[in-house]
Amino acid sequence: MPWFRREKAGIRTTREEQNEMPEGQWVKCPETGEITNRRELEENLLVFPGSGYHFGMDSHQYFGFLFDGGDYDLHDTDLRSVDALNFEDRKPYSQRLESAMEETEQNEAVQAATGAIGGHPVSMAGMDFSFIGGSMGSVVGETVARAIKRAYTEGMPLITIAQSGGARMMEGALSLMQMAKTSAHLTRLDEAGLPFISILTHPTTGGVTASFAMLGDIHIAEPDALIGFAGPRVIRETIGSDLPEGFQKSEFLQEHGFVDMIVDRRRLRRRIIRLLNLLME
Amino acid sequence: MADDEHLLDFEKPLVELEDKLTEMRELNAETQDDLSKEIEALEERVEQLRTSIYRNLTRWQRVQIARHPQRPYTLDHIEALTEDFTELRGDRTFGDDRSIVGGLAQFAGSRFGYRDRTVMIMGHQKGRDTKERKHRRFGMPNPEGYRKAERLMKMAAKFGKPVVMLLDTPGAYPGMGAEERGQAEAIAHNLFEMARLETPVVVVVIGEGASGGALGVGLGDRILMLENAWYSVIAPESCSQILWRSWDHKEDAAQALKLTATDLTEVDIVDEIVPEPVGGAHRDPETTYQAVGAAVGEALDDLEALAPQALLDRRLEKFDALGAYTSAEPMSPPA
Repeated sequence: MPWFRREKAGIRTTREEQNEMPEGQWVKCPETGEITNRRELEENLLVFPGSGYHFGMDSHQYFGFLFDGGDYDLHDTDLRSVDALNFEDRKPYSQRLESAMEETEQNEAVQAATGAIGGHPVSMAGMDFSFIGGSMGSVVGETVARAIKRAYTEGMPLITIAQSGGARMMEGALSLMQMAKTSAHLTRLDEAGLPFISILTHPTTGGVTASFAMLGDIHIAEPDALIGFAGPRVIRETIGSDLPEGFQKSEFLQEHGFVDMIVDRRRLRRRIIRLLNLLME
Repeated sequence: MADDEHLLDFEKPLVELEDKLTEMRELNAETQDDLSKEIEALEERVEQLRTSIYRNLTRWQRVQIARHPQRPYTLDHIEALTEDFTELRGDRTFGDDRSIVGGLAQFAGSRFGYRDRTVMIMGHQKGRDTKERKHRRFGMPNPEGYRKAERLMKMAAKFGKPVVMLLDTPGAYPGMGAEERGQAEAIAHNLFEMARLETPVVVVVIGEGASGGALGVGLGDRILMLENAWYSVIAPESCSQILWRSWDHKEDAAQALKLTATDLTEVDIVDEIVPEPVGGAHRDPETTYQAVGAAVGEALDDLEALAPQALLDRRLEKFDALGAYTSAEPMSPPA
């Protein structure tokens, strides 16, 4: 497996979600209307210099700035989802998979990597919302499980970057079982006494939140990320009224005791290094 | 026998025919004419119709049976399978969730050909009438429910008692309080704790197994499932709403999700199908309890023979093996 260096952060998110980076050379901050040019924004890790607004980032962009020198080894990109149920809604699942692979140029909604952070070898799994909403099917579950296994067999800390709408409906109960699979492997990491840092980014909901993403020793959220079990629309329908401002956002999660710290992406790498230094001395 | 107000659509022709049969029998008793030949013929037709309806149930029809308002619920199973059920309540942190019930009981194994023994038996609990349904939140737990279940499971392990878990939920409750108190964390935490619980865990899907709400207490060593129960990543209605953007495709969604016991044995999620009487568990609860009792008894015998570490290794391997994927050319990231 070669060492990859990502020279330029390519923007290829395809969702209509509010923090998706728009096309074009000039980018407007969705919060303040401030305008900046794309290159400056990319140098600033897709965070608006003034407002601190975080645009969504894909797994390789995270790997690129988190790993020392942007160097990392990719794993398990040979894995492919199969349409085991012959699932068809308005579109066959096999077609959804094909177009997602074509658009993202990735095999699935998660990428596993190893590399060093501040000199500490680390096993990492980063998710991609642009691949069928970052949903967790068999390949996502298997890739995350292997990243966990890699951590506990090789004695490395684990870091996951969550970004997901939840379990993947088109794989039925098999995708549900990925919650069990990933959580079960984490018991072995725990036994080995190795740290697990879970990074929660916008948005992290459903089956991913209700499994590995909430099982970290340390939970780091990006500012203003939506993190929850049920989506806001479902909750609104249940209670029959609007939700309070900031409901299910990082700050709300921290206030209720589910997140250790909210860290600006521009300080994320340094924060992780400090934690690893403390834990892995 | 189901009463008329709870009839499912596809049961109607059968019940009409059964009513006709009853009428004819009454008539036969009253009159001099001998109707026994006609009665016999009608009985045969009833049997044929019954068999053809229940042999060819669509997945959506099974979902309807799983939700039948007269279907045996967790507490009915507990009453039929155990003696001395002693309910234990509360999560010791926030409250007691009435949508999950559990406690210590004597599993009456000898009634089913197995050994009697103390178990921790638990499950989602739905309500029968409007008041109880509300009280039980339709069997949809808040985080307290999952945390109570965790407390009881750990207690079971501490005292060396096996856990019997009955799943029957339309999902974890999607309310504001649930989010504030960490619904996701509660479910995730249970998955983690159940994966390393040093005592046998037998799971029975008795009705509805919807999503993380079911799995949140559903990680175990043997997964049994009643013939007409359903278990999947999402309820057919919600799936229809999200993927078809309309509520009208619940039948299609049920079909596509492959959520029946037979479907799930094919992908190794379910280890054993527990047969139901023709027409569904609600038509003959006693026969249903017998089948559940025997399957649970057998599972307990098998699992209690395993050493603790072997049990945990087996459990991890079981869930590690679940999934459908292949291998192809590795994909390099774009430069």
